[in-house]
Amino acid sequence: MSKIMLTIDGREVQAQEGMTILEAAQSVGIDIPTLCRHEKLEPYGACRICTVEAENKGWTKLVASCLYPVEQNLVVRTRSEKVDRIRKMILQLLLSHAPDARELQDLAKEYGADKDRFEKEASFCIHCGLCVRYCAEVKKKNAVGFVNRGARREISFIPEIASKECWNCKECFPLCPTEALQAAYILTEALISSSPSFTT
Amino acid sequence: MDNARIDQIIDKHQGEASSLIQVLLDIQSENRWLPKEALSRVSERLQVPLTRIRQIATFYKAFSLVPKGRHAIHICMGTACHVRGAQRVLDKVQDLTGIKPGETDLDLKFSLETVNCLGCCALGPVMEIDGKTHGKISPAETADALKKYE
Ligand code: SF4
Ligand code: FES
Ligand code: FES
Repeated sequence: MSKIMLTIDGREVQAQEGMTILEAAQSVGIDIPTLCRHEKLEPYGACRICTVEAENKGWTKLVASCLYPVEQNLVVRTRSEKVDRIRKMILQLLLSHAPDARELQDLAKEYGADKDRFEKEASFCIHCGLCVRYCAEVKKKNAVGFVNRGARREISFIPEIASKECWNCKECFPLCPTEALQAAYILTEALISSSPSFTT
Repeated sequence: MDNARIDQIIDKHQGEASSLIQVLLDIQSENRWLPKEALSRVSERLQVPLTRIRQIATFYKAFSLVPKGRHAIHICMGTACHVRGAQRVLDKVQDLTGIKPGETDLDLKFSLETVNCLGCCALGPVMEIDGKTHGKISPAETADALKKYE
């Protein structure tokens, strides 16, 4: 595998071909915020909080660093006025769905995001897909998935699978940046126990 | 719809996971909705997790997870039809069938949906029943048209 030289925040960084900008930055201790990223899971690119400026041959674009592979001579800026503005906006949008999420509040402080910028539409889930992907990719149980689309998109457990698998696992709970996952599970559990055909 | 028929449909598509949407479309058009048992069967045969199938089945409007009527009414509410009185046509159909857009009557006779342009604006207002286009339709003609369906 060939070596690739790039610059991140003014520092020369040596990376391996196929690495993402995020991995290259982390390898030299440069911190980029992430919400939908998990080291055991395939990159997903849902939250966009990891957006950075990447400049190549004079062209600058905004890319999701958790997905974008390193390139020779790429110049990356992980903080800039533009990047900070984008992260602030993303946080404000996410906070309108999950105003009490600790992780979001911490980032909001850093980027000066106002949680009341947009009207609350507390669906609590920010669609990071961590729970869905963890269940599918790591546990291979597929007990929880997304349903519907757009503003009505939400997670939903398959009761028949959840009743067998989830009680002893629950490994997705701590992954959720909001409380949405647990709430959905408790709801499913309630449905299971009130419907005799689902009890095992 | 029984499993034998679902298996036939799946076999027609060589049991390929990549044909999932085609399989679902075939079941939808024959059965008019996708019952849970059918989805479980498809999941088993194509080796696609049920979560994935549900995600797709709830994403596209072409699929329904609840029973649909024998006849599908689509009323165009696009701009051209709107200015030519689509609202009155819709009101009339709602009166006659007792259902609102997105609903199906208890006898499973009609399902009603609105759409935002059927692509034949010169015929507005347009109502489509089971794919048949009724153009330049007046509320009174709407009633006549609906009577033809059992
Ligand atoms: S429930 Fe939580 S972990 Fe799952 S997608 Fe929503 S925010 Fe992410
Ligand atoms: S961490 Fe990169 S898009 Fe979410
Ligand atoms: S607006 Fe009704 S067909 Fe185009």
